[in-house]
Amino acid sequence: MGCVQGMMMRKALQQSLVPVLAVIAVIVAIWYIACVPMNSAWTAQQLERSGGTMTVTEHIADTWSQERPRLPSPHQVGAELWKSTIAMKPSSKRSLIYHGKITLTATMLGFAIGTGLGILLAVGIVHSRAMDMSVMPWAIVSQTIPIIAIAPMIIVVLYSIGVQGTLPKAIISAYLSFFPVVVGMVKGLRSPDAMQLDLLQTYHASKSQSFWKLRLPASMPYLFTSLKIGVAASLVGAIVGELPTGAVRGLGARLLSGSYYGQTVQIWSALFAAALLAAALVAIISLIERIVLKRMGVAA
Amino acid sequence: MMLVILALLIWVVATAGNVWLANSVYAHSRTIKLLVPAIFGLTLLVMWELIVRGLEISFVILPPPSMIASRFASSIPILWADFVQTFLKGALSGYIIGCGAAFVLAVIVDRYDFLRRGLLPVGNFMAALPIVGTAPILVMWFGFDWQSKAAVVVVMVFFPVLVNTVAGLRDTSDMQRDLMRTYGASYSQTLIKLRIPAAMPFIFNGLKIATTLALIGAIVAEFFGSPTVGMGFRISTSVGQLALDMVWAEIVVAAIAGSAFYGAIALIEKGVTFWHPSQRT
Amino acid sequence: MTPCPTITARNLDLTFETNDGPVHALKDVALDINKGDFVSFIGPSGCGKTTFLRCIAGLETPTAGEISVNGMSPEDARRARAYGYVFQAAGLYPWRTIGGNIRLPLEIMGFSKTEQTERMKRVMNLVDLDGFERKFPWQLSGGMQQRASIARALAFDADILLMDEPFGALDEIVRDHLNEQLLHLWAQTNKTIGFVTHSIPEAVYLSTKIVVMSPRPGRITDVIDSPLPRERPLEIRDSAAFIEIAQRVRDGLRAGHDDA
Repeated sequence: MGCVQGMMMRKALQQSLVPVLAVIAVIVAIWYIACVPMNSAWTAQQLERSGGTMTVTEHIADTWSQERPRLPSPHQVGAELWKSTIAMKPSSKRSLIYHGKITLTATMLGFAIGTGLGILLAVGIVHSRAMDMSVMPWAIVSQTIPIIAIAPMIIVVLYSIGVQGTLPKAIISAYLSFFPVVVGMVKGLRSPDAMQLDLLQTYHASKSQSFWKLRLPASMPYLFTSLKIGVAASLVGAIVGELPTGAVRGLGARLLSGSYYGQTVQIWSALFAAALLAAALVAIISLIERIVLKRMGVAA
Repeated sequence: MMLVILALLIWVVATAGNVWLANSVYAHSRTIKLLVPAIFGLTLLVMWELIVRGLEISFVILPPPSMIASRFASSIPILWADFVQTFLKGALSGYIIGCGAAFVLAVIVDRYDFLRRGLLPVGNFMAALPIVGTAPILVMWFGFDWQSKAAVVVVMVFFPVLVNTVAGLRDTSDMQRDLMRTYGASYSQTLIKLRIPAAMPFIFNGLKIATTLALIGAIVAEFFGSPTVGMGFRISTSVGQLALDMVWAEIVVAAIAGSAFYGAIALIEKGVTFWHPSQRT
Repeated sequence: MTPCPTITARNLDLTFETNDGPVHALKDVALDINKGDFVSFIGPSGCGKTTFLRCIAGLETPTAGEISVNGMSPEDARRARAYGYVFQAAGLYPWRTIGGNIRLPLEIMGFSKTEQTERMKRVMNLVDLDGFERKFPWQLSGGMQQRASIARALAFDADILLMDEPFGALDEIVRDHLNEQLLHLWAQTNKTIGFVTHSIPEAVYLSTKIVVMSPRPGRITDVIDSPLPRERPLEIRDSAAFIEIAQRVRDGLRAGHDDA
C-alpha cells in the first residue's frame, strides 16, 4: 500500500518538477536579458567619460557586473547572498543571517501571541452569541482595512514610553496575524454539520466535550490555512516595523539602508533573504500540517 | 479617576445590553445584527475617550477620539489630496493593471498544461512572499511619484489573482466539458460560455483579497519615498513630528477607503455570481 | 426489411490504463442499432455500458475494432451534430435561465437568434416545461431539471439521442412519469435512442432492444429484441410478456455475474 502511494507521489513530483524547473530557467534567462537594457545607460555614461570603446560582448558583460546596477544580475544577487550568509560569521553586523534572526524573533513572538489570542477569541465567538454578534463583524471589516498603516505609530508610541527592540515589532506582527486566525478558526469551529452536532446532543455531551471531541479536530484544516497566511503576514509586519524609526538591525532595516545609500545589490539580497525566510516558514507549517492531519486520518 | 470609573460602568452596561439583545427573540433581525456591533464599537470609542482623559495620558502619545475627529474635520483638503494620491492614483491604477494582467496570463496558462504545471507552484510561492520588500526597488526604477506605488500594487495583487483565476478556470467538472465536446464547441466557445462564468466565484475571491493588498502596497511603498503628498507619506512624517492625531485621521481615511473598496467589489460580485449557493443562502 | 443500421460496432475493444493497472472496459463488442430503435444497455458497474455509449459519442476512443455512426466515424458524426447527449446529472448552468440553457448548443452551433427562440420554445413544449424559460435551474425540482436537460439535447434536431442513466438520481414516482414522457417523446420524434440504465423494469419498459452486459472484461452477454408493442401504458409492466422479458434479462445478468 505504501509502495503504491510512494510511486504516485514520485510521479506527481516528476509531473510538476520538470515544468517548474523550465519556468524558473526561463525567468532567469529573461532576467539576464533584461539586465542589458536596464544597465546600459550607466555603461554608456562611463564609456563617454573615459572616452574608450567596448565590443558588444564587453558591453553586455559590463551590464552584468556593475557595482550599483539598476537591475542586478542573478549571479550578482546570488554572490551577495552567499557572501552575506554562508561566507560570513553569523554574528557579524553585515550578515543576513544576523539580520534574519532579528526579524525572525519578532515574527515568531508576534505570530505566537497573535495566534494564541486569535484562537481564544474564536472560541469565545463560537460559544457566546453576544461576542459573536458584537466582535465578528469588526473582525471581518478589519480585514479590509490596511492595518499596516498603524505600524509606524505603534513603533513610535512604544518607543516614547521606553519600549523598543523586538516587542513593538512583535505587537505589529501579532496584530497582522490575529484577524486571519480569528476568521479562519471561527469558520473551522463552525464547520461540523448539523448532523454531527445532533449526534453529540443525543449523547448528552456538554459544550466542553463537543468542543474538544468535535469542533476542535474539525477546525484543524482551517487553522492550518490561517496559520500559513498568518505567518506570512507576521513576517511582513516585522519587516515594516523596522522602517519607521530607521532601525539598523533586521531585514527591513537592510532594505531601508540599501535604498538610502543606493546599494541595489544589498536591497535585492535582503529581499531574497526575506523571501526565503517566508517560504521556509510556510513550508514548516505545511509540514506540521501534513503530519498532524495524517495522524488524524484526514485524507491528503 | 471618576472618568475611568464611568468608562467601566458604561462598558458593563453596554455589554449587558448586548448580551440581552443577542439572546433575545429579536436577535435575528437585521436591525439588531447591525445594532450590536455598533454598540460595541461605540462603547470602545467612549471608553477610549474617558480613559485617556481620566488617566491623563499625554495627548501626544494617545489622542482621544474627540481630538482625532476635530483634526479630521479641520484637515479635509489635505486628507483628500492624500487620498487621491495614494488610493486613486496609486492603488486603483495598480489594481486594475495587476488584476487585468493576472487574468490574461491565467487564460494563457490554462490553455497550455505545461505552463500551468510550471507556473502555478511558482505563483503560489510568490503569493506568500513579503512583496512589500520590492517597494524600494520599484521606487528606484519608477521614481518617487505614484507610478512606483502603482507598480508595487501590480506586483502585490498579481499572484493572488492569478492563482485564484487559474483555480477557477479548472473548476468545471469532466461532465461539463464532455457536454461541450458533444456540441463540437471550440476552445474559445467553451472558455467564454462555460469556464469563465464558472470561474467567477474564484476570480472574485481573488479580487477581494487584492483590494486590501492594493491599499497596503500603496501606503507602505510611500514609506520608501514619496512626493510631499500621500497617505503613507503623511503617516510617516506625522509620526516623526509626533502629531499622532493626524496619523489617526489618516488611518480613518484608510479604513473608510479600504472597506468601501472591498464593499464595492463584493457588491459587483453579488451581481455577477448571483447564482452561486453562497450568494443565495 | 431491416434498413441500413444507424450505429454499427464490430470487434470493439477498449482498455484503460489506470494507476492500478490496465482495465479491460470493452471486449470484442459487436452490435447493430437500427434507425428508430430504442436500445437499453443494462448491467452491473464496470460492465462497459457507459463506456460503449461514450464510444458512440466519440468521447472515448476504442483501442481496437471499429464503430460507425450514420456511416461516419464518431468524430465526424459529432461534427455533423448527429446526436444529443444526456448525462446522469442535469448539468445546467446556474448562471443561465432554463431558456438560456436550452439555447446553449444552438448558440455554439451558430443558429440565428430567431431560430434559437423558435427551437427553444418547441422543445420546452415537448418536455412539458412551458412557461419556465425565465426560471433558474435551482428554482426547479430535480425531475424538471432533467427534463430541461433532455430538451437541451433535442433542441438541434439530432437523429440520435444518447442517455446515460438520466433518471438515476430521481425518486421512483418521478421516474415513472418521466419514463412515460420519454416514450411519448420517442413516438412523436422517431429518434434512435441509446439508453444506459441500472433498472431492469426501466430497461424492459422503454426499449425495443435490450443489451445485457457484464463486467471484467466488459462484454455483451445477451441481446433481447422486445416483442412488446410500441404503444405501452404503464400497466404493461404487470403483463406476462413483460415479466418474461424481465426474467430473461435477469438470467443474462446472473450468467454474466457467474462468469466473472
